[in-house]
Amino acid sequence: MSVLLDVKDLIVRFYTQEGTVYAVNGVSFELEEGETLGIVGESGSGKSVSSLALMGLIPSPPGKVESGTVMFEGRDLLTLKPDQMRLIRGKEIAMIFQDPMTSLNPVLTIGTQITESLKLHEGMNTSQSRKRAADLLDMVGIPDAYRRLDDYPHQFSGGMRQRVMIAMGLSCNPKLLIADEPTTALDVTIQAQIIELVKQLKDEFNMAMIWITHDLGVVAGIADRIQVMYGGRIMESGSSHEVFGDSRHPYTEGLLGSLPRLDSSGEEKLTQIEGSPPDMRNEPSGCPFAPRCDVREEFNLEKCWDQRPPLETVADDGGDGTHVMSCWADIREGVAENV
Amino acid sequence: MSSQVMAREKRKSLDENDVILEVTDLKKYFPISAGIVFQRQVGAVRAVDGISFHVIRGETLGLVGESGCGKSTTGRTILQLYRPTEGSVRFEGQELSTMSGNELRQMRRRMQIIFQDPFASLNPRMTVGSIVSEPLQIHKIYSNKKERQQYVEALMEKVGLNPYFINRYPHEFSGGQRQRIGIARALALEPSFIVADEPISALDVSIQAQVVNLMEELQDELNLTYLFIAHDLSMVRHICDRVAVMYLGKIVELGPVDEVYDNPQHPYTQALLSAVPVPDPQVEDSRQRIIISGDLPSPANPPTGCNFNTRCPVRFDLCFEEPDPPLIEARPDHFVSCHRVT
Ligand SMILES: Nc1ncnc2c1ncn2[C@@H]1O[C@H](COP(=O)(O)OP(=O)(O)OP(=O)(O)O)[C@@H](O)[C@H]1O
Ligand SMILES: Nc1ncnc2c1ncn2[C@@H]1O[C@H](COP(=O)(O)OP(=O)(O)O)[C@@H](O)[C@H]1O
Ligand code: SF4
Ligand code: SF4
Ligand SMILES: [Mg+2]
Ligand SMILES: [Mg+2]
Repeated sequence: MSVLLDVKDLIVRFYTQEGTVYAVNGVSFELEEGETLGIVGESGSGKSVSSLALMGLIPSPPGKVESGTVMFEGRDLLTLKPDQMRLIRGKEIAMIFQDPMTSLNPVLTIGTQITESLKLHEGMNTSQSRKRAADLLDMVGIPDAYRRLDDYPHQFSGGMRQRVMIAMGLSCNPKLLIADEPTTALDVTIQAQIIELVKQLKDEFNMAMIWITHDLGVVAGIADRIQVMYGGRIMESGSSHEVFGDSRHPYTEGLLGSLPRLDSSGEEKLTQIEGSPPDMRNEPSGCPFAPRCDVREEFNLEKCWDQRPPLETVADDGGDGTHVMSCWADIREGVAENV
Repeated sequence: MSSQVMAREKRKSLDENDVILEVTDLKKYFPISAGIVFQRQVGAVRAVDGISFHVIRGETLGLVGESGCGKSTTGRTILQLYRPTEGSVRFEGQELSTMSGNELRQMRRRMQIIFQDPFASLNPRMTVGSIVSEPLQIHKIYSNKKERQQYVEALMEKVGLNPYFINRYPHEFSGGQRQRIGIARALALEPSFIVADEPISALDVSIQAQVVNLMEELQDELNLTYLFIAHDLSMVRHICDRVAVMYLGKIVELGPVDEVYDNPQHPYTQALLSAVPVPDPQVEDSRQRIIISGDLPSPANPPTGCNFNTRCPVRFDLCFEEPDPPLIEARPDHFVSCHRVT
């Protein structure tokens, strides 16, 4: 497999009236062709900002990509001109968002919106693009697709609008689909429909995918690899079996422990993470999780406050070096290493 | 000892005859009006369409279902924040649906509500102290200011808020802290029954466990009864003793949580539970999902016969005929409304 996307040292800040927001503080990751990466983290952890940054969609001002490279098929996306970037967006990389209503234009028919991009990127004429648009709607499971081309977004339910967004995203055969909480606003039975659809289409189109969510359950079923974010940084990353089955970072461990399980009656009290998520207006000097970390407390790790733990391969990772985390301790060893 | 173990022991210690709330054939219809000058009613949204259940003192009953199925309307109609279209709500032995405003105001001391959105539900211009003590003032409890303040400080302490912040405003608190303020306010009048309407849905994952643990502790300490409205089915299994599954204004299944989750009988409950993702790739890889097609029908125009017949994978002739399936006891304490289940 070859690397499709290579993100290095991404730093994004927002300069607002209330001060500087340190939204993304040095994020690096790779994505292989056809691979699905799940990015999880709480609200404000920098999931959306990092993916918007690689699409060149950070509103500026107030936002600014301070540093980083985003290599995609031999080009650094961060150095492309706006119109070059526009050609990549939609054609090579597609994005779907949480709320399809805000990304669909309410005054244009669904058909007009899908055919627009087909005309722009694929040079189709009106009747070709309408035919293709109907095929796409049919493919995402919208009944009576050809007739529905002339309907407006409000005439569709939330789940159907998300299907329309997926159809639009896939219209030009992208190599990468970025889905930012695409099912968060949907009911769980509709979410299951959409996930099933995306899984099936992903195989059909052989796309790579980044799926952003705060719901660890959702990515457990679809992602090959999981990346856990906190305070604008990657805390832990690895195959989904590594991160869920053998988590090493105190934050990942805490999150998993705080989740009740549908499939067991839950003998235990939920372990709670004390405190609240960080205020992103402070420049984090050490580990962003330090104020809430019980491992730091237990082992009295002073360096957590002022030294940033590097993202490194965990001990006995199994050889391939893909299970990484950013922590001065390794909780599996039960000790603080390198302290 | 873990709270779930305690919850189970508590369940044993519940007095099944001590019914705190009895809801019978409750309906709440919202009129749909048309016309610009002369409004006339052209139909009705059947938000709650004839539901019956009871709640035992000290237990937590979960109310689950997809958005728009009538969970919030049920909670509000029980508290008489909406007056019922039909049916009866008996709380601590008294009929609420026919009570006058004044009598109700007295009853409200015993029943409180916690809302989903801790941001929208607190008055931004009031300090925490005045938010929490407002119910005390309305009901003229503690005319002595000093005593009132002490009581409020004790309440804040109880819900894990530092009393030092008594003069701060809601925007100075995080979402989880705001939800604690909402809980403190709900507890101010020492209620016996609390409707918690999606109390953790707006909170970050790492904060949800804090609030749920707090609710469990308070329940044990104050012998509170909860109606816990949620769409997070995993959390419902954790916190509730029994669960009622709603679909389109009706209860389709009702029973002890473990029993319903391990042996769901209604096709909708089965699909709903199978749709919930589990944070474990090993489980997910081997799971069989029941994907039900289509969307929820409009509650203004529910189907004839069983409400689920537009999406049900196992429907048959009878499902399209009136009357719709009654809620029957299919297994001990486990009630189901489906023609397939007898
Ligand atoms: N346009 C903006 N102006 C100022 N700050 C912003 C802007 N967009 C994002 N931020 C800030 O950047 C940080 C990271 O935000 P981001 O949207 O990436 O979070 P997220 O992980 O996607 O969260 P959520 O789960 O809520 O979507 C937050 O502190 C957020 O408030
Ligand atoms: N005040 C109201 N006026 C009209 N319709 C309402 C009102 N409140 C709720 N409804 C409708 O009643 C149905 C049930 O709503 P609700 O009880 O809020 O559902 P849930 O809490 O399960 O999401 C929905 O169709 C909703 O749109
Ligand atoms: S680096 Fe220190 S504070 Fe951060 S997660 Fe590890 S132990 Fe906790
Ligand atoms: S009554 Fe019929 S349609 Fe309704 S849930 Fe049972 S089998 Fe399905
Ligand atoms: Mg986001
Ligand atoms: Mg509701």
